[in-house]
Amino acid sequence: MATVSVRHVWKEFGAQVVLENLQLEIGDHEFVTIVGASGCGKTTFLRMLLGVEQPTRGEILIDGAPLRPEPDPDRGIVFQRYSLFPQLTALENLLLGLEFRGSRLLGRLFGARRRAALARCEALLEQVGLAAARDRYPAQLSGGMQQRLSIAQSVICEPKILLLDEPFGALDPGITADMHRLILDLWAANRMTIFMISHDIQESFQLGTRLLTFDRLRHDPQAPERYGARVTYDLKLQRRNAA
Amino acid sequence: MRRLINQRPGRGEKLLLGALPFLLLGAAYLLASRLRLAANPEDKLLPPLAALADAIREYAFTEDQRSGQWLFWADTWASLRRIGLGLLLSASISLALALAVGVVPRVRALLSPLVGAIAMIPPLAVLPILFIVVGLEEAAKISLIVIGITPVITRDLALRVGELPVEQLIKAQTLGASTWQLLLRVVLPQLWPRLIDSLRLGLGSAWLFLIAAEAIASTEGLGYRIFLVRRYLAMDVILPYVVWITLLAVATDWLLRQLRARAFPWAEPAS
Repeated sequence: MATVSVRHVWKEFGAQVVLENLQLEIGDHEFVTIVGASGCGKTTFLRMLLGVEQPTRGEILIDGAPLRPEPDPDRGIVFQRYSLFPQLTALENLLLGLEFRGSRLLGRLFGARRRAALARCEALLEQVGLAAARDRYPAQLSGGMQQRLSIAQSVICEPKILLLDEPFGALDPGITADMHRLILDLWAANRMTIFMISHDIQESFQLGTRLLTFDRLRHDPQAPERYGARVTYDLKLQRRNAA
Repeated sequence: MRRLINQRPGRGEKLLLGALPFLLLGAAYLLASRLRLAANPEDKLLPPLAALADAIREYAFTEDQRSGQWLFWADTWASLRRIGLGLLLSASISLALALAVGVVPRVRALLSPLVGAIAMIPPLAVLPILFIVVGLEEAAKISLIVIGITPVITRDLALRVGELPVEQLIKAQTLGASTWQLLLRVVLPQLWPRLIDSLRLGLGSAWLFLIAAEAIASTEGLGYRIFLVRRYLAMDVILPYVVWITLLAVATDWLLRQLRARAFPWAEPAS
């Protein structure tokens, strides 16, 4: 259960206006895809949702409450790369989130609680097709496997909102179809709202229930930093192959 | 004919090539020693092999009549104990400091300039202070090692923390990690292999500081012995001691490398 309200949000870095006056109401369990030229503030928008950047003006609300100004378990993130922990095996990478939650002091689970958590992780590993790779380190996994693991790692913490920053951008085109099926399955099975940045228009239409395009509408040649990007299209999409 | 950069030695050739400089050095020593002794039988600078063997027998395999000790082994034990304790202390202090400085911005603002400044103090310059403050006993020697190598290791480890992808730290927070959990489960485990690398690099300096401290005030230890017998130009004792110290350092380095490969397989470069 998560609705997101973006109210009159501006983001400026010094004199540079990156985003101007964003206004959005996102309903629960939407799959929002975001496209736009590079440098038009898509990632900045995602980083504000994540809490690592704060809006210069305006506010972002989740379920009506202001966003916490730092990352927290309500909002999961999958980056293009580097979001796995290299010293942990695939299984341990999944387990870590549950251990953070279950053990404040040591960050480790033991005994029956550990076995219960492991069972959950193994089920999810199976679901994302990584059961055979459970004891391998991230460096021993292919790019596609790493991204599947990273998505599973976020999903196991049951975030209200899942943020995806070009998660399939660095992958072979051949395996993106698998990844699309996986993310749609997980989205259907868990009640979360997804925001996904993509540079692939087709992918954005295929996956999203709502598609946003970011672009700079106004341009001042004397002061190119003067105007920021806005949402230029906000399309509600009909899902053809409804999940 | 392939280019030189593409000609790789085989296993046997590699061993042979590696041994060659040692053999040449040994031969050069024997030759020079013989020439000098031929010119002057009383020469002490390059003693013959037999004299070296005698010295080793006397120090390592004969009980010293005055102290009742096997001097060579007593010296070895004293030095290894000091260097081991010094490394252990340095590693612990560095790890704690680097974690705090690397992860918590306020601690970084507080301590980073201090660590930087302390790293610039020439450790040997504080040796007299150490002797005055903590006395001439073990503590002064171990302190010198710690003061000498801790700042370098700390800065190296803090750099490593800085190199961790920010994505990892953000991801851990979205999985619910507190600052403490982040330290314990994400940053610390990734510092261990780097700590071993830093210790390997610091090993040379550690021996330098140890021998300096032993040379100045000690009653046993490898460095102490070398500087003691220097008064009698006893090259027959000094040379085996230097070789032994080198062997100890090489062995320690090898052990640390093995430990890293065994304990942290994920950190080994892909082969």
